[in-house]
Amino acid sequence: MEVTLRIKRFNPELDQKAHFEEYQVEVEPTDRLLDALNEVKWYQDGTLTYRRSCAHGICGSDAMRINGRNRLACKILMKDLGNKITIEPLIGFKIEKDLLVDMEKFFDAYKSVKPYLIADQPPGAGERRQSPEERARFDDTTKCILCAACTTACPVTWTSDDFVGPAAIVNAHRFIFDSRDQGGAERLKILNGGSGVWRCRTIFNCTDACPRDIKVTEAIEQVKRALLYEQV
Amino acid sequence: MAYHRYDAVIVGAGGAGLMAAIQMAGQANIAVVSKLYPPRSHTGAAQGGISAALGNTEEDHWQWHMFDTVKGGDYLVDQDSAEVLAREAIDAVLELEHMGLPFNRTPDGRIDQRRFGGHSRNFGEGPVRRACYAADRTGHMIIQTLYQQGIKHNVNFFDEFHLVDIMFTDDGECCGVIAYEIRTGELHTIHAKTVLIASGGFGRVYKITSNALAGTGDGVALAYRRGIPLMDMEFYQFHPTGLYKLGILVSEAARGEGGIVRNSEGEAFAARYAPTMKDLAPRDMMSRFIYQEVKEGRGIDGKDYVLLDVSHLPPEVIDEKLPDVTDFARVYLGVEPKEEGIPIQPTAHYAMGGLPTNNDGQVLIDPSGTVVPGFYSAGEAACVSVHGANRLGTNSLVDLVVFGRRAGRHMLQEIGTRELATLPDNPTAIAEDEISALLGRSGGERAADIRKAMQETMMDKVSVVRNESGLLEAEKEIADLQDAYKHVSLQDKGKQYNTELLEALELGCMLDCAETIVHGSLAREESRGAHYREDFQTRDDANWLAHSMISRTSSGLQVQKKPVKITMFEPKERSY
Ligand SMILES: Cc1cc2nc3c(=O)[nH]c(=O)nc-3n(C[C@H](O)[C@H](O)[C@H](O)COP(=O)(O)OP(=O)(O)OC[C@H]3O[C@@H](n4cnc5c(N)ncnc54)[C@H](O)[C@@H]3O)c2cc1C
Ligand code: SF4
Ligand code: FES
Repeated sequence: MEVTLRIKRFNPELDQKAHFEEYQVEVEPTDRLLDALNEVKWYQDGTLTYRRSCAHGICGSDAMRINGRNRLACKILMKDLGNKITIEPLIGFKIEKDLLVDMEKFFDAYKSVKPYLIADQPPGAGERRQSPEERARFDDTTKCILCAACTTACPVTWTSDDFVGPAAIVNAHRFIFDSRDQGGAERLKILNGGSGVWRCRTIFNCTDACPRDIKVTEAIEQVKRALLYEQV
Repeated sequence: MAYHRYDAVIVGAGGAGLMAAIQMAGQANIAVVSKLYPPRSHTGAAQGGISAALGNTEEDHWQWHMFDTVKGGDYLVDQDSAEVLAREAIDAVLELEHMGLPFNRTPDGRIDQRRFGGHSRNFGEGPVRRACYAADRTGHMIIQTLYQQGIKHNVNFFDEFHLVDIMFTDDGECCGVIAYEIRTGELHTIHAKTVLIASGGFGRVYKITSNALAGTGDGVALAYRRGIPLMDMEFYQFHPTGLYKLGILVSEAARGEGGIVRNSEGEAFAARYAPTMKDLAPRDMMSRFIYQEVKEGRGIDGKDYVLLDVSHLPPEVIDEKLPDVTDFARVYLGVEPKEEGIPIQPTAHYAMGGLPTNNDGQVLIDPSGTVVPGFYSAGEAACVSVHGANRLGTNSLVDLVVFGRRAGRHMLQEIGTRELATLPDNPTAIAEDEISALLGRSGGERAADIRKAMQETMMDKVSVVRNESGLLEAEKEIADLQDAYKHVSLQDKGKQYNTELLEALELGCMLDCAETIVHGSLAREESRGAHYREDFQTRDDANWLAHSMISRTSSGLQVQKKPVKITMFEPKERSY
């Protein structure tokens, strides 16, 4: 089938501002949108710029706005997108070139919540024990691939510069609810601050956007409850 | 041009590179250079598990793991290295747990373990539970955990910097790398006492592959251009269960949990070929079984695929232990694995070959094992060799953590004893010339056309089954494509985020990898592990119980043989 890709373009070395360009491509209904972008890049316009690597939804490189929704280009098929598809970069981060945005702010927010196991006692011989039930409490938030689809779908992050955003909270949750971790209090303190969870207005955009089906809003709610009731 | 000086520069932020970096963090001045943000590395794609003889769910011993590794590799494995792998796997997996890796757990809170292809109890008696796992996203958890540790230890990351050259002194010592900053187009000279190449594999030389678009063999090819020999390149693993046409992997864990591969008659044919291990026979064999079934007309609808059936497994096993891979089948093929078979075909998966190293990750320059001062490699880019002619499932992740760690520790020692070597004059010259030639040309060849032709040649003539006439054709075709490559031109002439330029550089690297795969396959006139020659169908230990080391010389490509180290297990016929 033939489809039209309407792609937002911006070349920092040539353009003052972004504009749309259209491309006609022949695709299979079962092709990924990423395949269609590659078709444009490889055979029509080599200047088209975006990130990608794994091509099957596990590396988090190619989140973008596709027909107005944040998705991974490699995890959505052409048959589900119609004949004319609008593709734009994520909102809220500086556009570097075409569909590629500056991710530094995103990774800085991630790093700010101490996303690593904090456990000061030496582990001793063998593994630390953890029951399947304890493990299950944070299973959902371990799935995050740091694609930024959630954070850039959140209206709060569009308007305020300092909100850590849903992805950082998801990754804090992953440790706060890990029975082996002792850094919960530190992280909760960070998330209780001005850039933390109280900025969330429970709009659920993040949950809708997550390509890993993480219950993002629920994770944020659990962190809020942990703050309110001081228990994890 | 920017200049930096470090004790160590690590190229690649996958499992191998990060494991090495964590050993050195805080004790030496190090930099980690990666063309992708670290958590986007392909280690994150690994699904099924990482083996270690913990014996958490049933009796197991590292000697059994070592034996399986040697036998799985069709006796081309260096047994001293396999011993290191199997012994140190135990401690390395525990170290990952201590770093926070969320493994699945047994009811009593230990790391849970499951079955995997080729892993057996008591030297081949039957399957054993050895693979430690986190659902079917073990690699994702490894890359996340190691990246988190990198952040914790303040590792200095050069994110989105692309390696374009490796520097050596006239005396053959390594003295640093040249990296291209993707954001600005600037070249950086990174002068260092030690360099680790951990840039991963090169599955993208093939049309159907489980590898990321970034799996283009850059580090391997750049070292080869600088005169470092490559080892065992003819051994490229095809994984039996890639999604039809797409190559996306369905982990062996699906069969470890009880999945069965069936032909058009519904027959579970693996049992006919491998009566003991059945569907858990090693990958090289399973891929050939599928090839044979298709050739004999038992592919589905007469096509070149068969079905992986997990529909008989309890739904909760599918949801809890195989959530991602069954999701791939739903998303990409529209198939519901709880109800129907998943269309699969062999997919190019793993490079057993690469930069030859010793057990400390030091790169070797010749068959007698002379090391290149300051130069290291680990992970899929390296060939220790612990995988020999065919890697067992879960053993790559073990390789990353065990040998990544050893390389890091050895580099620390070398940093303490070695002076910084002097840089060559004009260190960026080669990279600059290459880049400006690509940017300067117009109206030439299109990189995509060359890449596609290479991928088809490699798939048709240098994959699961090979023969001399096909290989000779492939040799010529790759050489022609290398010529065409000299005329590639680009539309994007810019400096910032010129991903078209990067794809062209990657293509150049892949063509060099392809050259060595083809040549190695031609030279090796026997069948062993993943290398199967129709015209030499048996293993020839008298002539070929040896690694191949391939290098470019003034008189063309040269293959030298390096003896295999045998310590505990004499080569035997391999049956499952
Ligand atoms: C789908 C899939 C599933 C797998 N499942 C398993 C499994 O269950 N168990 C198992 O043991 N193995 C598995 N494997 C194999 C294993 O995952 C890989 O072999 C391993 O992860 C490779 O790790 P690495 O650290 O060597 O390289 P990678 O993780 O591939 O990382 C390479 C790094 O090098 C960088 N790099 C590359 N080129 C350049 C350049 N030019 N400049 C700068 N940086 C560069 C990249 O950015 C990246 O950071 C699987 C592989 C695949 C594809
Ligand atoms: S929570 Fe989901 S949407 Fe957000 S960064 Fe992680 S994977 Fe992406
Ligand atoms: S390319 Fe990896 S998530 Fe899409």
